Amino acid sequence: MAKATNTEIINLLGEKFGEQLFDVTEPYGLLTFSTTKDKIVNVLSFLKENGKINFNFLTDLTAVHYPEKNQIAVVYHLHSMVNGIRVRLKVFLHENDATIPTASTLWNSANWMERETYDFFGVKFEGHPDLRRILNMDELNVHPMLKQYPLEDPNRVDKKDEYFGR
Amino acid sequence: MKHNQPVYTDNDPQSELVTLNLGPTHPATHGVFQNVLQLDGERIVSGVSTIGYIHRAFEKIAEHRPFYQITPLTDRLNYCSSPINNMGWHMTVEKLLNIQIPKRVDYLRVIIMELARISDHIICNTIIAQDTGATTTFLYLFQFREHIYEIYEEICGARLTTNIGRIGGLERDFNDIAFAKINKFLKEFPVALREFESLLNRNRIFIDRTAGVAEVTQETALSYGWTGPLLRATGVDYDVRVSEPYSSYQDFDFEIPVGTSGDIYDRYLVRNEEMWQSVRIIEQALEKLKSEPKGIFHADVPEFYLPGKEEVYNNMEALIYHFKIVMGEIDAPKAEVYHAVEGGNGELGFYLINDGGRTPYRLHFRRPSFINYSMFAKMSEGMLLSDAIINMSSMNIIAGELDA
Repeated sequence: MAKATNTEIINLLGEKFGEQLFDVTEPYGLLTFSTTKDKIVNVLSFLKENGKINFNFLTDLTAVHYPEKNQIAVVYHLHSMVNGIRVRLKVFLHENDATIPTASTLWNSANWMERETYDFFGVKFEGHPDLRRILNMDELNVHPMLKQYPLEDPNRVDKKDEYFGR
Repeated sequence: MKHNQPVYTDNDPQSELVTLNLGPTHPATHGVFQNVLQLDGERIVSGVSTIGYIHRAFEKIAEHRPFYQITPLTDRLNYCSSPINNMGWHMTVEKLLNIQIPKRVDYLRVIIMELARISDHIICNTIIAQDTGATTTFLYLFQFREHIYEIYEEICGARLTTNIGRIGGLERDFNDIAFAKINKFLKEFPVALREFESLLNRNRIFIDRTAGVAEVTQETALSYGWTGPLLRATGVDYDVRVSEPYSSYQDFDFEIPVGTSGDIYDRYLVRNEEMWQSVRIIEQALEKLKSEPKGIFHADVPEFYLPGKEEVYNNMEALIYHFKIVMGEIDAPKAEVYHAVEGGNGELGFYLINDGGRTPYRLHFRRPSFINYSMFAKMSEGMLLSDAIINMSSMNIIAGELDA
């Protein structure tokens, strides 16, 4: 069987989901596209279960904060080990409504990665079996990777960024 | 789960179950891990893993540092094989900047990375042996980790947190002493490894403790996102070095060992065989270096590669580039890039988003230890406590990589 290529994957997905996939790009050869949070589980399970493309492995799940657009992007990296090909999938959420269905029903590895994303970005994964902080302490009342939180404690006088050329 | 509250609140005095805090600092866990286990005699009924004890916010720090200052952060992920992390980061940035690395530099990097892989596997396998009661093998093979650190020292001056190499190449060429030490290592290590194997591979006690313990199927391993030796022990032949060759791994002839049942014994055998393959790769790399032009240790990219001090003081262009690089003012494309390398524990990925500023807009580390470890509490259920300890050793969970 010939190995699937980026074009074939995007054609296959286009047939199935049509307009619900957008922003298709290929930075450095890695097929990247966006979808909506209503469709994300359908798209993920299609990618996972379609015998031709067979994206059986969730490599990575994380988020990115875009404060000027008031958006948080949840980013999935999937890997098809049979075809030796990766895709990157993004869902843009509004900051004030950062909820998305969980992927832990499809991959057990999503469990901890979603907990990490929740811990650092405050994205709530609906249907997650055990959504609580993982690396930070439970008493922390912020999600520290959001861009509004500075690296250093702003009240300290000895660690101003300008002293370090930053 | 709230801090200060017990995980298990079943305080029924008639209950036969005992709650045990394994960690955060327990000598058998080799790192800072807490597992609250509920025991029925010696058998684990259920467990809860708590992690994050050495979380240092590397992803947040990375958003405030220029690219070259992020290398020391990667050192501290899997500190048992920091050169692999360093090289993975350099290659991520080189991919972003489209830098072509000369073959000689690739081969030098391969040598360093394979030495790091050997030292990582030495730690894991000797500790499995230690935890099953074989102290001799631990001390015997562990000295070769020291020899590898001496080679690092010759190459970059540091031993554990190496900060080895630069974006665009290496910071200096290997000297003659480094090559002599590598050759000496290649002569002595196989003898010791063979002896190590003859002490353990057919050892009845070792096999009884490890074979058939913590068996994992391929489907479970893939679902939990396992990579590296753990996944290969279940029989999946996935290795980033082969599936997406980086740093000229496609030029080398080596094999990917796989196991069958995914138990601790298979993981041990896979790691041992990988050490043999690493020795093979280093030998081939030394052979290939002979036909490469001498003295090349970085790509010819003055706008990205930090010039030597001699040049900075005597050459205006070099001074300008030096200033721009140190201030983080390099012209990097606004793009996002994912690059993976085969670390000691599995696929180590770097997801970098650059917005054209001095620092990455976002940098995410795909840390194999973090993802591999998520299965530990689940797979401990029904296992003997002593088996769970060896299981943890054989997963080679490194606290630095777990918590980032």
